[in-house]
Amino acid sequence: MDFVDYYKLLGIEKTATPKEIKSAYRKLARKHHPDLNPNDKDAKRKFQQINEANEVLSDPEKRKKYDQYGKDWQHSEQFEKQQQYQNQNRSSRSGSSGYSQTQSDSDFSDFFESMFGGARGAGRSRQVKYRGEDYTTELQLELTDAYKTHKQTLNVNGEKIRITVPAGIENGQTIKIAGHGGKGINGGPDGDLYITFSISNHPDFKRLGNDLFTTVDLNLYKAVLGGEITIDTLNGKVKLQVKPETQSGNKVKLKNKGFPVYKNEGQYGDLYVTYSIKIPTNLSEKQKELFNQLSEM
Amino acid sequence: METEYLIAIDEFCTSHNIEISFVSSLQQSGLIEITTRKNSTFIEADQLKQLEKFIRLYYELDINLEGIETINYLLQRIGSMQDEITSLRNRLRLYENE
Repeated sequence: MDFVDYYKLLGIEKTATPKEIKSAYRKLARKHHPDLNPNDKDAKRKFQQINEANEVLSDPEKRKKYDQYGKDWQHSEQFEKQQQYQNQNRSSRSGSSGYSQTQSDSDFSDFFESMFGGARGAGRSRQVKYRGEDYTTELQLELTDAYKTHKQTLNVNGEKIRITVPAGIENGQTIKIAGHGGKGINGGPDGDLYITFSISNHPDFKRLGNDLFTTVDLNLYKAVLGGEITIDTLNGKVKLQVKPETQSGNKVKLKNKGFPVYKNEGQYGDLYVTYSIKIPTNLSEKQKELFNQLSEM
Repeated sequence: METEYLIAIDEFCTSHNIEISFVSSLQQSGLIEITTRKNSTFIEADQLKQLEKFIRLYYELDINLEGIETINYLLQRIGSMQDEITSLRNRLRLYENE
């Protein structure tokens, strides 16, 4: 556990007045407040640090203790006694102030917890009912997983949550699971859980919206003469008629063979197949002779 | 018929220890919508999160109403730009590993 220099965090001198502390805190809070930096974990962490610094330095008693024992807190016998006393009384304390009300105790550093206990007494006197903290998490899916509606079990802060992932979910899409965030404070409603999906690339299929794109190898003879081939889709194999004299790079569209449309059951995008013609290699003498004949015709 | 979840503004203000005039100012600025039923004013539950955010900005960060309006507008722009980035990233994946 490292010593945390609260003065340095707020960018102030040790002689700073309460007004200077408040001003420094406000300035930094406006920069790093989670409301102003949505989905920015670094800003959230930074805000928690400056909030913690403000909790200590804006409270004359805590500041005095911090100034007295701060750096040597681990070796202070007096501090140890104080800590024991605080631990005994920890359960009788309540609440904190401001944004940190919506967060768990672990949002304060181990250093703070050890020196001042788990609770945070300073701050506003308003007894506010707050919504619980919104939780965010990321769920990694394969493209084939996102193709079908399926159930997933998530472990969020020790709680198992079973969710249904609708077919057609998009990479980067976020869904809200209402009421599965942090517990509300002072009787406020629980927060929500936001899940952002990250869908891995598939080796054979690329996705754009509801359409899929794939490349199919075609041998020279089939490309020249045409014929039937069987190709893979995400929903099994399909037969495809190749037109004679098909060129490399030619595209065909297979209607409704693409990706399911999100929350529109039974609707699908299209599958675009691009042909890549493969020239035969390791030709036999006979084959070379026949190609020569063709070229001279 | 769709169920409406409404929260009485006077109760909300009492529990949050804030002035009703602040909520009215937010409505006048177009930042929130207030519903009136039988001479009482309510806010829809899905606006609660926004309202609490405005309260934090006003009371904890000392940002005035004009500042909140500006921040809200910019956050909306950031949100739509982030959506656009996600959409462009997904489009870019078409050309990756080719």
